[in-house]
Amino acid sequence: SITGACQAIQKLTRVRVVDNSALGNTPYHRPPKCIHVYNKTGVGKVGDKILLAIKGEKKKALIVGHKMPGPHMTPRFDSNNVVLIEDNGNPIGTRIKTPIPYILRRREGEFSKVLAIARNFV
Amino acid sequence: CRTSSDGEPAKFQPPPKPVIIDRQKQREERRFLSPEFIPPRGRTDPLKFYIERKDMIQRRKVFNIPEFYVGHILAVTTADPYANEKANRFVGICIQRGGKGLGATFILRNVIEDQGVEICYELYNPRIQAIEVLKLEKRLDDNLMYLRDALPEYSTFDVNMKPVFRLDHEEVPVNKLQVRMKPKPWSKRWERPKYNIKGIKFELPEKKMKEAQKWNKPWLEFDMMREYDTSKIEEKIWKEVSEELKK
Repeated sequence: SITGACQAIQKLTRVRVVDNSALGNTPYHRPPKCIHVYNKTGVGKVGDKILLAIKGEKKKALIVGHKMPGPHMTPRFDSNNVVLIEDNGNPIGTRIKTPIPYILRRREGEFSKVLAIARNFV
Repeated sequence: CRTSSDGEPAKFQPPPKPVIIDRQKQREERRFLSPEFIPPRGRTDPLKFYIERKDMIQRRKVFNIPEFYVGHILAVTTADPYANEKANRFVGICIQRGGKGLGATFILRNVIEDQGVEICYELYNPRIQAIEVLKLEKRLDDNLMYLRDALPEYSTFDVNMKPVFRLDHEEVPVNKLQVRMKPKPWSKRWERPKYNIKGIKFELPEKKMKEAQKWNKPWLEFDMMREYDTSKIEEKIWKEVSEELKK
C-alpha cells in the first residue's frame, strides 16, 4: 500500500535521511516520516525545516531536495532528501554524500554548518 | 621510363584530379530547424511569433546553441552567484524538449552518487554560458521520461566525459537500445499505447500487454481535426532564420 509520488514535503511524507548520522542510518521497521512543517503553508520546499519522527523520536530536519519540480534551472531529485538537524541548526551527521542544490547557499547564515559538511553540489 | 615496352613514346597520363568535398554544400543540404521555432497551432497573431523569432535569432548570434535531439548527452555551464568559481557545470542526457519560442526548455538527467537529479534548463536564458554536446545519439523515442523508472545504470553518465569526436556532418546515429525497467509500480503506465514507447524491453507477462492494448485508440491517427501540417511553415521559417543568421 505505497502511496503515489508525493511531490513537495508535507505532513506524513516518508523522507530519506541523507547524512551519515546513526539515527538516520540504523534500520527500523518504519520509515522516517514528517510530522510538522515549520512554514506558513504546510508544504515544505528546499531549505525549509521540518519535524521528523524517526525510531520513535522527534527530530528536526532540513529539506535538501524533493521530487516536485521547482523553478527552472534548479535541480529536481528522485527522492525527498532530508538532513537531520538540532534545534540550534547544527547538523547531527558529519558527512553528506548526496548532491545538494546551490540555492541553499543563499541562506548561508543559517545553514553554514550543513553546507560545510556537504561534499557534492549540483 | 619515357619509352614503353613497345618502343613508342608513352602517352601522357594527366595526374588524377583531386576530389573536392564541398563541406558547405553538405551542410546546406542538411537542414535542422530547432523545434521551438515552429509556432504552436492556435489563433494568436503571427506578429508575436515573428518578434519572438527575432529575439531568438539575436540570442543565437551571440551564443551558439548547438543542434541537439532527445537522447544526446550535454554539458551545460550556468552562471551561479552561489557556486564557487561562479560557474556550475552539469552533465546529463536530454530527456525532453518542451516549450515554444523564448521559453523553450530541455531537461537533463543524470545519476550522481546513487541519487537521480534532473534539471530543466531554458535554452534562451542569459545565465547559460556554454552548451557542449558530448555525445550525439538519437533514441527511438521523443520523450525519455521512462528513464526515471528504468534501472539507474541507464541514466548514469560520467561527469568528466570527454566529447566524442564525430567526423560526419551527415547523419545523427540512432541508438536502438532497449531499456530494462525497475519492477512495477512505475510513475506512469508506460506499456499503454498512449505513450507509444519503443525503447523499453517489457518483461511483463503477455496477459498484461494484451490488457494494455485495451486502451488503444487506433482512430486517433486518422483524425483530421488533430492534423497540424508544419512542412510549409517550416520552409518559410527556415528561410527566414538562415538568412538572418548569415548576416
